[in-house]
Amino acid sequence: MTVNVLLFKITLLTYFAATIFYLIGVISRKDSVRLAAIWLLSGGFVLHCSTLAARWFASGITPVASLYESLSFFAWALVGIYLIFYLRYRTIMLGAFITPLALVLMIIGSAAPKQTPALNPMLDSWWFPVHVTLAFLGHAVFAIAAAAGIMYLLQERMLKSKKFSGLFYRLPSLDTLDSMNYKCLTFGFPLMTMGIISGAIWANSAWGGYWRWDPKETWALISWFLYAALLHGRLTVGWRGRRAAIFAIIGFAFLLFTFFGVNLFLSGEHSFRNFTGQ
Amino acid sequence: MSKAQSFTDRLWDFFCSLKLAIVTLILLALTSVIGTVIEQNLAPQEYMQKYGMSQSTYKTLDALQFFDMYHSYWFLSLMGLFAVNLICCSIKRLPRIIKTVRNPVLVADDGLFRTFSNKEEIVTKGSVESVRDKLVARLGKKFASPVVTEQDGKVYLFAQKGAFSRFGVYVTHSSILIIFLGAMIGNVWGFKAYVNIVEGKAVNQVWARGGQQPIPLDFAVRCDNFEVTFYEGGRPKEFSSDLVVLENGREVLKKTIEVNDPLSYKGLTFYQSSYGPAGDPVYQFRVRNRATGETADVMGQQGRHLPLPGGAALIPMGYAESYQNFGPAAQVSLDSGDHKHGTPFIVFQNYPQFDEKRGGEFAVTLLGVQQSYYTGLQVAKDPGVWVVWLGCLLMVLGSCSAFFLSHRRIWVSIQPLEKGIGVKLGGAAHRNQPGFTLYFDELTKDFDDALSS
Repeated sequence: MTVNVLLFKITLLTYFAATIFYLIGVISRKDSVRLAAIWLLSGGFVLHCSTLAARWFASGITPVASLYESLSFFAWALVGIYLIFYLRYRTIMLGAFITPLALVLMIIGSAAPKQTPALNPMLDSWWFPVHVTLAFLGHAVFAIAAAAGIMYLLQERMLKSKKFSGLFYRLPSLDTLDSMNYKCLTFGFPLMTMGIISGAIWANSAWGGYWRWDPKETWALISWFLYAALLHGRLTVGWRGRRAAIFAIIGFAFLLFTFFGVNLFLSGEHSFRNFTGQ
Repeated sequence: MSKAQSFTDRLWDFFCSLKLAIVTLILLALTSVIGTVIEQNLAPQEYMQKYGMSQSTYKTLDALQFFDMYHSYWFLSLMGLFAVNLICCSIKRLPRIIKTVRNPVLVADDGLFRTFSNKEEIVTKGSVESVRDKLVARLGKKFASPVVTEQDGKVYLFAQKGAFSRFGVYVTHSSILIIFLGAMIGNVWGFKAYVNIVEGKAVNQVWARGGQQPIPLDFAVRCDNFEVTFYEGGRPKEFSSDLVVLENGREVLKKTIEVNDPLSYKGLTFYQSSYGPAGDPVYQFRVRNRATGETADVMGQQGRHLPLPGGAALIPMGYAESYQNFGPAAQVSLDSGDHKHGTPFIVFQNYPQFDEKRGGEFAVTLLGVQQSYYTGLQVAKDPGVWVVWLGCLLMVLGSCSAFFLSHRRIWVSIQPLEKGIGVKLGGAAHRNQPGFTLYFDELTKDFDDALSS
């Protein structure tokens, strides 16, 4: 087992432990459990950074070229963005949604083949790391928006039914959740825009066309249209709360399809099959 | 007359409406899915085979332009509607924004103060003039130099920052129109083509994608050399072509292109995109007669019978750049003089001893294979591409300034009261209200300190 795969497995175990602490943290009264969760997750993130660095050094290519690598990278972006949000909003409970998602991505990744793929020469470009980093950071920010959306709907249901569980007091207020939703949009949208544009610049230098209606491009554009609609709904028509929360969840479902569905089910330049020139 | 007026008004309102923008965005999103599910631009029989379509289903979908939907009339109309909506929205809102920025309200009366969500009142000592000077200095240092207006014995200050961020939205919107414009320029005056050039040869025309007629060039492109390197598994790792541009037979430009690094000349760009063998490869072998120990070198093309001393012949049948991680290999068979092919076997370039183990009359080693290649180039002419990049740049700048910068304004009124001087502070920001509230509280605290010292 190579160093980077070993590190990956340790990272996965750390995330697993963090997930357990988060889930206990949802029902437990003790703050120490939740604090342990955030520390475990931070430790896992540092390990994850070294995992990616080790793989980058070992293969010499941005480690986002196979299913395994891109799942790991997505989980990394997700945890990183969550930790930044934690520093800003101090909402530990957000982690109870994000950490399991990161863990699931890591578990699926661990089942995928791990050897470094023989890459299509097209991927040998500086636009590759730029493009994938922007795109995945955008995905991660929108994942936070979706998690905030789920928390919003949960919180609102408890308020309406007047049945308050312990969770109610640990979740942020509806206002905070709604403002998180907007914050995510303001960061996610430019990141996504830059992700699409960097992809277009790269495509132009590799293939001689900045836009080819490749399924991945099209699905990214579809998600972009949806988030643009949400943005205008929020800023000008005055959508907030429940509607914005539901929209953020739907938008993220589209993004997940852009990531998984397109690479696995639809053909095109972004399928992993194509990356390795098979 | 009034009825016609109201119709145009209604039409104008329709095109200006944000509901239309949201509906168009969602429609564009949903219809775009079609083209990712149905593969685009295939031949009719491919659709019927691949998707099990009947003739009539095919005809219906074809009439709806589902097989080239991103260039269909209905999709382009939707895009057009989106563009018209953007333009109308901007025309409707922009003048008001320009007015807000260029002719700001300098004098904040009590009515205006009531509308501020951030306000503070301070009563202090001194004269109107001394308070004014202190606050002008403080505001200039902490925020922005204020405009001072004196009216009816009262003094009004107004200062603003980041007014240009109001235009971020319009920059973003116009960037979309600029990208559309770039795409149209590319579609009208540009083309996409391809050309294959055999090593050592030159071409002066390229083939339009999907077209039958060649596009003539007013210069020629020669490929001097083509190189390809392989991974151990035999997949291409990198390939490159040494290209030379010729004007009337004279070399004017030389460049080695590879994937991601094209050659541009006179508005045309040549991209390395594929390669393939040109003609049959030429093989070189060393053959040793195992009985006599005599060796001979033979050379020739694939499929030929290469005569060996003693009447037999060696027939090269095929080769691989990398055969099962053992490097270059050739498949050959022996003709022992009866003009028939013997059982084929594999010989390697990097393992000369390998064939000794086979037994038989001759031991064969591969010395080398010379394969000349053609290089496959995509050729694109797109005079609109820089317009598109300009649009992209504006989109990034515009959306970042729209999201992260805010137009912040501060109004102050200073008036003499029965006891001392009354100072009213008010502030507004068009984005990030919570952040501005914190800033405003800090600012008023600073003013309070400055006035009481």
